Amino acid sequence: MNPIYMDNNATTACDPAVVQAMLPFFTEQFGNASSIHSFGAQVGKALKEARGRVQTLLGAAHDSEIVFTSCGTESDSTAILSAIKAQPERRTIITTVVEHPAILTLCDQLEKEGYVVHKLMVNKKGRVDLDEYKSLLGQFGDRVAIVSVMWANNETGTIFPVEEMAEMAHEKGIMFHTDAVQAVGKLPIDLKSTKIDMLSLSGHKLHAPKGIGVLYVRRNTRFRPLLRGGHQERGRRAGTENSASIVGLGVACKLAMQHMEAENTVVKRLRDRLERGILAKVPNAFVNGDTLYRLPNTASIAFEYVEGEGILLMLNKQGIAASSGSACTSGSLEPSHVMRAMGIPYTAAHGTIRFSLSRYNTEEEVDRVIAAVPPVIAQLRKLSPYWSGEGPVPNPEQAFRPEYA
Amino acid sequence: MWDYSEKVREHFFNPRNSGPLENANGTGDVGSIKCGDALRLMLKVNPETEVIEDAHFQTFGCGSAIASSSALTEIIKGKTLDDALKVSNQDIADYLDGLPPEKMHCSVMGREALQAAVANYRGEVWSDDHEEGDLVCKCFAIDAVMIEDTIRANGLKTREEVTNYTKAGGGCSACHEKIEDVLIAVNGRLYSSEPKPKKAPAHLPNESPVKPQLTNYQRIRKIEDTLEAIRPMLQRDHGDVTLIEVDGKKIYVALSGACQGCQMEAATLGGIQHKLVEALGELVQVLPVGAMANH
Repeated sequence: MNPIYMDNNATTACDPAVVQAMLPFFTEQFGNASSIHSFGAQVGKALKEARGRVQTLLGAAHDSEIVFTSCGTESDSTAILSAIKAQPERRTIITTVVEHPAILTLCDQLEKEGYVVHKLMVNKKGRVDLDEYKSLLGQFGDRVAIVSVMWANNETGTIFPVEEMAEMAHEKGIMFHTDAVQAVGKLPIDLKSTKIDMLSLSGHKLHAPKGIGVLYVRRNTRFRPLLRGGHQERGRRAGTENSASIVGLGVACKLAMQHMEAENTVVKRLRDRLERGILAKVPNAFVNGDTLYRLPNTASIAFEYVEGEGILLMLNKQGIAASSGSACTSGSLEPSHVMRAMGIPYTAAHGTIRFSLSRYNTEEEVDRVIAAVPPVIAQLRKLSPYWSGEGPVPNPEQAFRPEYA
Repeated sequence: MWDYSEKVREHFFNPRNSGPLENANGTGDVGSIKCGDALRLMLKVNPETEVIEDAHFQTFGCGSAIASSSALTEIIKGKTLDDALKVSNQDIADYLDGLPPEKMHCSVMGREALQAAVANYRGEVWSDDHEEGDLVCKCFAIDAVMIEDTIRANGLKTREEVTNYTKAGGGCSACHEKIEDVLIAVNGRLYSSEPKPKKAPAHLPNESPVKPQLTNYQRIRKIEDTLEAIRPMLQRDHGDVTLIEVDGKKIYVALSGACQGCQMEAATLGGIQHKLVEALGELVQVLPVGAMANH
């Protein structure tokens, strides 16, 4: 039986057309885009075309606003560090508690270095409170170097009102960055009609290869490069261009434009079918995040009284790839910071599984997953001290209260 | 995904002795739901013989927590309570052909469930005395709490000292920044890595062997220097000696060449011991490396 891949928020398969377009840049098109000779010139032309395709997908006003980087994390770091270097008198950063570690770990480090970081809380659906945001902007005003808010959350798919939040920051003269690695390619984006100053994207989340990212920098945004050196990317990101991957990303962006509608209709229907199918068969399970306002491909389902890793191992045995909302699998014992921020009880947060679909998934695959999940949950619940027979033990939190060890 | 051994996978997919146990007379509930791992161990103990006749578990936790629970029940069934209590977390891990460092706490949880269940059977109150922190050193599975405690107990100042005392940071070195963070948290600042030149300790061979005045590092250097001075004598007889391990008062060495298996081996070790006691100013025991395996 063919394996089923439903972990597209972690990474995606390269589209075959992307791979095809890249191959010549490992062989005959090996030139350095900066060179004067014909080897370089052709590569330069290909990069320009790719830049244009990224510009189109993002709805950017100018192709010179696109800066190629090595990954989403580099784009995030560049944006935040640029903002604080370009405005040394501003030492406050506003972000949210549910950002990706690419933002949160950097902010933790900056806090150690004396910067002030304000993290907006979220409610149980994972939404930020815009009134709290507004009062923070008012309170800290011109001390704020940058606001950084993700466009969509990687674990729950919840979409943040970044366009509105950018407007609010703009009114106070504060720079706004969004980590949009989960949103680009899944949601229509038109940056020129927003006040977003910087945006990060990551190629491998939209069927381009790993190792390529983009930082969008709106024209006239004060900017300081992370890497200084050669004049590549107009001096904003030194280092010889990763031409093959840039070309691949260009093709991936073009394909994402073509599939945007399908992503929001076909893929969304598959996701909804999966969710409904599982919830109909598994008791004590619920969907995390804001079901009305979220990415079309993401389903985050909490299975109470079992732990996620066991579910993943059993699904993996049946050739089904998903991921756990619990960070247990990534080496930390605490449940996901996103689930904790939303106030999901530990007994459910640890049992959260994220299914993230793509245009490559089929209805047949969805039905296979719907059939596979309920027995796995039932089997693990049989092992759980919170479970007895057909349901949770009465008063689960009281019935099993382990001594902290 | 974790690199689990076949044995771990096997015990996860086919757990032994899972589910409630009828007529259990000893139960231990340990773990932390916050950390996502918790275990109920149920024992049926024969009151006459104190033999564990049956053991079952229920676990909320990851694959290795379930496998460790399953392994634990298999290990202790048929043992007397006293023998069962000798089972260490390492025994559980070994039974499963090892666990990834991040998952060693699963075996620790198993061992604690056992203590708790036995205490419950005996009508005693068991309380957990160890706290687990964030894993800092992945090579040697050392967590932040352990590092913090060791820094406080020994007044450690530098990353090198932490490595000498705890092994943390002694492998791939990727965690050195985190160790420095713990040092700053405890000491309020980071001291330079070069150890301060200390005055040589006063001559004290006759003093009672209380706490050694040397740091671990200095002590091991001293042992090495002393052995270095002895080696030419052994080499003259076509033998040699290598330092293998220092475990508190026990110093394990390997004798090689003509020394190996020599009738005078015991005498040679005695001679080395004498020199080391003199050099260190404390009573130590020099043992052949073979004694380490038996330990």
